[in-house]
Amino acid sequence: MDTLTKKKEDEGQAPKTKRITGSEAIILSLIEEGVEVIFGYPGGNIMPVYDALYHYQDKHIRHILARHEQGAAHAAQGYARVSGKVGVALATSGPGATNLITGIADALLDSTPLVCITGQVGSPLLGTDAFQETDVIGISMPVTKWNVLVTKAEDIPAAIAKAFYIAKSGRPGPVLIDITKDAQFAQFDYEYKKCTSVRSYIPAPKVEASKIEEAATIINSAQKPFALIGQGVILGAAEAELRAFLEKTGIPAAWTLLGNSALPTDHPLNVGMLGMHGNYGPNIKSNECDVLIAIGMRFDDRVTGDVKRYAKQAKVIHLEIDPAEVDKNVKTTVAILGDVKESLPLLTEKVSANKHEAWMEEFKKCAEIEFEKVIKHDIFPEKEGLTMGEVIRKINEKTKGEAVMVTDVGQQQMIASRYFKFNKTRSVVTSGGLGTMGFGLPAAIGAKLGAPDREVIAVIGDGGLQMTIQELGTIFQDEVPVKIVLLNNTFLGMVRQWQQLFFDKRYSSTPLINPDFIAIAKAYCIAGEKVTDRSNLEAAIDTMLNHKGPYLLEVKVEKEDNVFPMVPAGCSVSEIRLE
Amino acid sequence: MEQEYFITAFSENSIGLLNRITIIFTRRQVNIESLNVSQSSIHGIHKFTIVVNTTREKVEKVTKQIEKLVEVLKAFYHTSEEVIQQEIAVYKVKTEALMNSKEIENLVRNSGARILEITPDYTVIEKTGYKSETQELFDKLDQYGVTQFTRSGTVAVTKNPKELLTEYLKEVGWKA
Repeated sequence: MDTLTKKKEDEGQAPKTKRITGSEAIILSLIEEGVEVIFGYPGGNIMPVYDALYHYQDKHIRHILARHEQGAAHAAQGYARVSGKVGVALATSGPGATNLITGIADALLDSTPLVCITGQVGSPLLGTDAFQETDVIGISMPVTKWNVLVTKAEDIPAAIAKAFYIAKSGRPGPVLIDITKDAQFAQFDYEYKKCTSVRSYIPAPKVEASKIEEAATIINSAQKPFALIGQGVILGAAEAELRAFLEKTGIPAAWTLLGNSALPTDHPLNVGMLGMHGNYGPNIKSNECDVLIAIGMRFDDRVTGDVKRYAKQAKVIHLEIDPAEVDKNVKTTVAILGDVKESLPLLTEKVSANKHEAWMEEFKKCAEIEFEKVIKHDIFPEKEGLTMGEVIRKINEKTKGEAVMVTDVGQQQMIASRYFKFNKTRSVVTSGGLGTMGFGLPAAIGAKLGAPDREVIAVIGDGGLQMTIQELGTIFQDEVPVKIVLLNNTFLGMVRQWQQLFFDKRYSSTPLINPDFIAIAKAYCIAGEKVTDRSNLEAAIDTMLNHKGPYLLEVKVEKEDNVFPMVPAGCSVSEIRLE
Repeated sequence: MEQEYFITAFSENSIGLLNRITIIFTRRQVNIESLNVSQSSIHGIHKFTIVVNTTREKVEKVTKQIEKLVEVLKAFYHTSEEVIQQEIAVYKVKTEALMNSKEIENLVRNSGARILEITPDYTVIEKTGYKSETQELFDKLDQYGVTQFTRSGTVAVTKNPKELLTEYLKEVGWKA
């Protein structure tokens, strides 16, 4: 796409710079960064930007009007996660800015590149408790990778260029630019230069050859090596490099919640999911392997269980871009700093080809036990009530691993992550680190815009849906064809599960009296169907997938089903419960 | 085991960076015993000297998280044996007390302190040294009534021949 500034230069007549307002500079800078979609909500102190957007909208940038700024932030996250591009959110000062915070915090924990632009009161009013003034720089400081207040129009292009560079380089993360209203109005000579480095910031450390050697030696003598795949593989676009490493060494690999889809579900070395509700084998074997190779993951407590009793028997090799993650939770034997895209091929070169058949067999045995005890009952239930697992299995049969899965947070998230199948990378959009209920619906909007040619299926619970249900309005207005699968158990299911297991079934504030969701969807002109009986499920899924526009499929599932396996909080991964 | 550590962070001189750094300590519930920010020996680069009492494990993690900040070039931590450190303390006493007692004059002489200003009303005394030394003088002077007292943050340089950052700057190819 030709950008406007480039076009001018091509015509030969126009000067190198042109005198424009700060607001117009914001839009032109976004265009320079290749931004095609932004998610936002107007308000007093961002109005000049919306005015500038009026001119460029549809031609160059599509603006999606969310129904709440939190929705805009999550949509930007969904967009970034499936597309690999930077998600952009726009909001006004004060409440507009504070409403973005949950999405920003979520993006920081899940390393999602976002650029959030907020309007701020005019610079003479800063610090005076002006109308809709809030110290969003202060508030967002702990939850951004970087942020900056811009009070002069001429500083806008450089701030935006730096923001994009920081957001997407190294370990990605959210960045916030707060721009005063007077800076938006002021005129200046605009010129855009992309940012390619920041003096004090090294995005990715250099890979040290000696560390590769050390790691290769350990791997080559390992009897029971085990690889853990994190989102770093996806963020580093190192899926092929990962496969090459695994296939040469024959090492079984499990994935974190966010590493899901980096390796196809049906890959022979894929042994499943790690963590609290992950698969039986990967959890048990974490404490039985002799070498643990962590690739772009951060040993979250939901993965390690009691960290004092986690993988103590193993030598730990950690491939990691962020030096602060090394030895943070789990002490490493060898840390290979750097981008896994770079380090994995170097390691693959040094390791010897191997097969760990007997070791793989142990994982298979675990999988069989889990199938008998858990999976069978989840996905092929014999009881009357519908289960979440069978809904996911039916969707798999239809989408054949090609769809993008978006989830909310809770039981439905764990079940979907466990059973959804993927052939392609960047197919999972879920809130991992922050566990933000209400994430699913707006994130699905962003995901669909980020991957318009793919089927986007949002699996959401009845609790989470109601946290951001207003985004049905966005789906309606912008005709975003997402497929919403509402798994309704009339409970805040995961909290209820904990109450059942650890709080003597005292269901404090977890039962929900729900509205008629299909009627709500209908009010937004979104088609839908409610399924209460197994015999109707398959046809309903077909109807949903064949429907051209957005669709809500509500499935009434068993009220008090639990998600197993489970590593209860504070327990070791070896103490994983199957029932 | 908790002990005294000196964290040195080299950074850009940008608004809000102090806040970013203190957030890291707040999150991990580590109290900052003293803090000093000044220019370093390298032009345009600022230096934070932060003294904390904590464990080696915590100081290591905190230092890494400080270094992770976009505006921080490099951060190090040292034990008290690895640095030369100094603090400055300023004491204000009534001149009348000074006049009435020979002892104060002896205290000033023997402790290597010096007098900055004498007016008919008050006298200002300055002492540099370790915290224990400036504290000792405070305790002694206070017998005669210290009306104002303030102590600076610790300033420290390492026992390395060069600023630790210069190696780093060389590595990444920037001219200091």
